[in-house]
Parts: sequence; C-alpha cells; structure tokens
Amino acid sequence: MTEITSTDMLDPPVADGVRRRDFINIAAVSAAGVGALAVLVPLITQMEPSADVLAESSIDVDLAAIMPGQAIKKIFRKQPLFLRNLTTKEIAEADAVPVASLRDPQTLADRTKPGHTNWLITMGVCTHLGCVPLGTGQGEPRGEFGGYFCPCHGSQYDTAARIRKGPAPKNLAVPDYIFTTATTVKVG
Amino acid sequence: MSFPWANVYKPSHPFMQWMDEKLPLPRLVYNSLGAGYPVPRNLNYFWNFGVLAGVCLMIQILTGVILAMHYSVNADSAFASTEHIMRDVNWGWMLRYAHANGASAFFVVVYIHIFRGFFYGSYKAPREMIWLLGVTIFLLMMATAFMGYVLPWGQMSFWGTQVITGLFSAIPLVGDALHQWLLGGFAPDNAALNRFFSLHFLLPFVILGVVILHVWSLHIPGSSNPTGVDVKTESDTVPFHPYYTAKDGFGLGVFLLFYCGLLFFAPNALGHPDNYIPANPLQTPAHIVPEWYFWPYYAILRAFTQNILFIPAKLMGVLAMFSSILIWFFLPWLDRSPVRSGHFRPTFRKFYWVLLVDVAVLGWCGGAPAEEPYVMISQVAAIYYFLHFLVILPVVSSIERPDPLPFSITEAVLGKDDAAALGAAA
Repeated sequence: MTEITSTDMLDPPVADGVRRRDFINIAAVSAAGVGALAVLVPLITQMEPSADVLAESSIDVDLAAIMPGQAIKKIFRKQPLFLRNLTTKEIAEADAVPVASLRDPQTLADRTKPGHTNWLITMGVCTHLGCVPLGTGQGEPRGEFGGYFCPCHGSQYDTAARIRKGPAPKNLAVPDYIFTTATTVKVG
Repeated sequence: MSFPWANVYKPSHPFMQWMDEKLPLPRLVYNSLGAGYPVPRNLNYFWNFGVLAGVCLMIQILTGVILAMHYSVNADSAFASTEHIMRDVNWGWMLRYAHANGASAFFVVVYIHIFRGFFYGSYKAPREMIWLLGVTIFLLMMATAFMGYVLPWGQMSFWGTQVITGLFSAIPLVGDALHQWLLGGFAPDNAALNRFFSLHFLLPFVILGVVILHVWSLHIPGSSNPTGVDVKTESDTVPFHPYYTAKDGFGLGVFLLFYCGLLFFAPNALGHPDNYIPANPLQTPAHIVPEWYFWPYYAILRAFTQNILFIPAKLMGVLAMFSSILIWFFLPWLDRSPVRSGHFRPTFRKFYWVLLVDVAVLGWCGGAPAEEPYVMISQVAAIYYFLHFLVILPVVSSIERPDPLPFSITEAVLGKDDAAALGAAA
C-alpha cells in the first residue's frame, strides 16, 4: 500500500526504520491471534468424551459362575469385553507356542494376572477393523487355534487371544483390571 | 458498483494470478472488504455495528452447530440434555452461555444498527433495498431467537411456545386450525419441539443468505455516512482496508469485552430462572415474559385490552404487534425528507429521541407484569409509536426546514474541500 502517505506523515519512521504504528500493529494482531487460538481449545475439546461418558469407565464382574471352557461377554466402555475361564488344555496350548514366532509376541502370563492365569480377560474388539470376534458363546466357531474367530475378515486368535492368522495386527487388547476377590474383577 | 478511483486488484504472485482467472474469490473479497472498496472517510463508531452483527451471526452459527452435537431433540430428554451440556460436556457450559448470551448480544448490536439507520436516514434512496433486506433479516432473527429459546424445554420454553403460537389462533376463521398445524398437536410437545429445532438450525443459514444480499445491495451505492451527503470525489473516501478493517477491529475488541463480560460474569442475568425448571404442561409460571429483546412488541401486544368495534382485543394486539415491525418496510416512503442525516434535521431529531425513549418505555412495560400502571403506559406508548411512523414522520419531513448541508464529506471533515490539497500530497 504505497498510497498510504497520510499515515506516514503522522507517524514518521525513526532512525532504525521502525514506526510506533508497526509496533501497535504487530502487538494487536498477535493478541488477536493468541485469543483466536485460545478460543479453539473449547471448540475442539468439546468433542472429547464428556464427564458422564468417563464416569461409566469401570465395571465389576462376578466370575464365579463361569466354568472352565466357558466365556461371557460384558459391556465395558460401550464395547464388548470377553471374560474366559481357560481349561488346563487351553493353557497348555497357549504356553506351547514359541513366543518369537508370534506376530505380536506375548506370553499367556503377560496377558493374565499372577495366580489367575486361567482367567483370560480381553476386549472383544478385533484389532483389524473393530468387529466383535466369535468364540464366547456356546457353539460359536473359535477358529483354527481354539480362541476367537473374527467373521468380518477372518482373523484368528488363539487361547491367549493372540493374533495367529488373518489381517489383524495385534493381539486382543487386555484392559486394566484387578481381582478384588478370588472370583470378582474390577475392570477399568 | 464502486467509485472509479477504487483500487484495482492486481495479484502479483503467480498462484494468485492463476486463482484470479479460475475463481476470482480473492478479488471479490478485495473489492468488498479490502482496499478495493472506497468508504466515506467520516464514518463514526455507529458504522461498526454491521460488521459486529456479522460477527454475532458467526458466533451463533459456530456455537449453535456445536450445541446441536450434544443436544437431544426429544421432549423427554431435551431438558436433561441441556443440563448434560452444562455439566458433562467439556466446555459445554461456556458454549451454551456463549450461544444464549450471543443471542442477546446479537440483538443489542442489531438494535443499535437499526437505530443508527433511523437517525442517519440509511433507509432513504438509493439504499431502500438494503433497508428492506435488513428488516427481513430482523424478522428472521426474531423467529430464530424464539425457536431457540424453546429448545431447552424448560418452563419458559414451554409457555413461551404456548403463548407465541397462541398468537396465530387470533386469526379469524382459520386461527385454531393454524395453531394446531403449527404445533402438530393440541399443545406444545414433541412434534413442536422437533420442528422448531429443525427450523432453528435452518434459519441462521437463511439469514446468512439474506445478509449476503444485504451487503451486496450495500455495495452498489456504497456506505452512507454521518453527514448523509453523497460521495463526490476521491478525497471523500478511504479504502476499507486498512482504515475500516482497523476501526472495525478495534470496535470488535470493545464488543468482545462487553460480550465476554456478560458471558463470564453474568451469564444468567438476561435469562429467566424458571427456564431451569423442566417444562410442566400443568402449571404456568407466575410471571411469564419473553426475552428482553421482545419486550417492546410484547408490550404492544398486551396494550389492547378492549375490543375495537368488531375486532376482538386479542386479534388487535396480534395485528399491532406484527405491524410494529412491518411498518418499517414502509419507512423509506413514510419519511419524505430528501435530507438523510438527523444532524441536519432539527425537528426530526427531537422526535427521533422521543421515539427512542418511547421504545425504551415499551420495553420496560413489556418486561413488567400485566397490571396497572404498566398496561396504561404501554397503551399510550404504543399509540405514540404508531403516531411517530404514520403521522409525525410524514408531516415533519414535509414541513421541516433542514439546516444547511456541507458541500461535501471532505468539507465536513476538514472545514474546506480543496480536493487538490490532499490529492496532490498523496
């Protein structure tokens, strides 16, 4: 804007070429910029989970009625949670697998609690694209490795719910949980 | 569309040149809000309020779209979801208060914008279309604000719906059928809530469309100015950018202080506590009033307590209330003075201030209970309101002797218009 000569007359450049007006301009635009960025915080974080969603983030489950070989589904944070009582045979199968050969190397012990290695507690969310794998209900296919089988794209999990075959990249996720008594767990 | 001396958009960067050939959007912005739009050099701060109204509309659309992400449109859950927004949603309290107080701020800004137009004769030729579109925007705003107030589904929401839709039942013959059609039932319920939500979401975008027409029609004659004298030469104008972008920017800062003051320190000052009680179809609140920006019209509505000839009082009140705004559509032809600015109209100016006081009195009565002396005061004030537009304005504009007008805007600013003086220096 070479036309603006009247402002030049009112506010002539000093020796170093910086005018008072330049300072005011930069200060004002900077303040407005910081303000605009600050406004973005509420506009963006409003889409984060709200307090009522976070409030239902832990559940208690009674395991007493689950016999070896059986599994149940619960809802944890609006998603399926698999709780399975492994048989001795299933535990032996899981322990027999060389860990180094796995896509997501973990032992059964890594994925269970000490003294409760028969309790396989995982999310029922396939790590491929989020479908619910089969294998908890009686008569449902458990796949070639006797764990879980995802019908969407054919991912197969073993008796430690580790990915063995198919497109899924990771083992079924193990949520945070603790045994509050010998037969009850608090998940989340 | 503009003055011949307007700066011409000349993109220097190759990409901007390419863009200008394919989609000259930067050129449009340059010519409407940039250095390519010459604006009278003497605009005072009352000329900030058009831009501020645009900012308010943007605040309302932004916060409104976000609130709609968390709100539940159902008579059973609407109130609870509003409380969910206030308590559970991250920053939900701020977003809702920003939206509710944003409506009030929007009306404050628009009322100043309208009364600026009244005083400076902004509605006069060649700017009649700008005015007509502006009144249309105001009517759309009122409808939008009313329907928004229904959505929290508190006591005031519910009974406001009952009363305002009840206005339509005053229409002879078809009134009751129309009332039922509007509500989709016999009383406000889920059907009404859902259609009000849908329209409350739609109308702001309709307003945005009419605002674009409003600004488009403004850019044909260009902005008016406090003297009301037409732009004559280049020395009467300055480019919109940087002069008025800076001035509007400063005004925006002052506006935001007021708005944030309301939002953070008195968020419920303009609301009604009763709206924090869930809607109850079996009990009307003891004192039911609309939001403050509707008070003057509400006072006019209630001013009619007697049947006039064969017209029932109820119908008369409704007609008068709607007429009180519709009359603005005729303003460019009711005021016949060729002088625009109130600065040069000594008689008009006095009546302008009387009208301002009259509307304030109507507002005060509209917010007060429907009992004496408020009813009588609002009757007098309502009569004066219509007298102003239908009698005083036409008569004053015919018989008034205006003060001498300045030769030009430059003369009004500098005391002399030696166009060459500044032109040569520039």
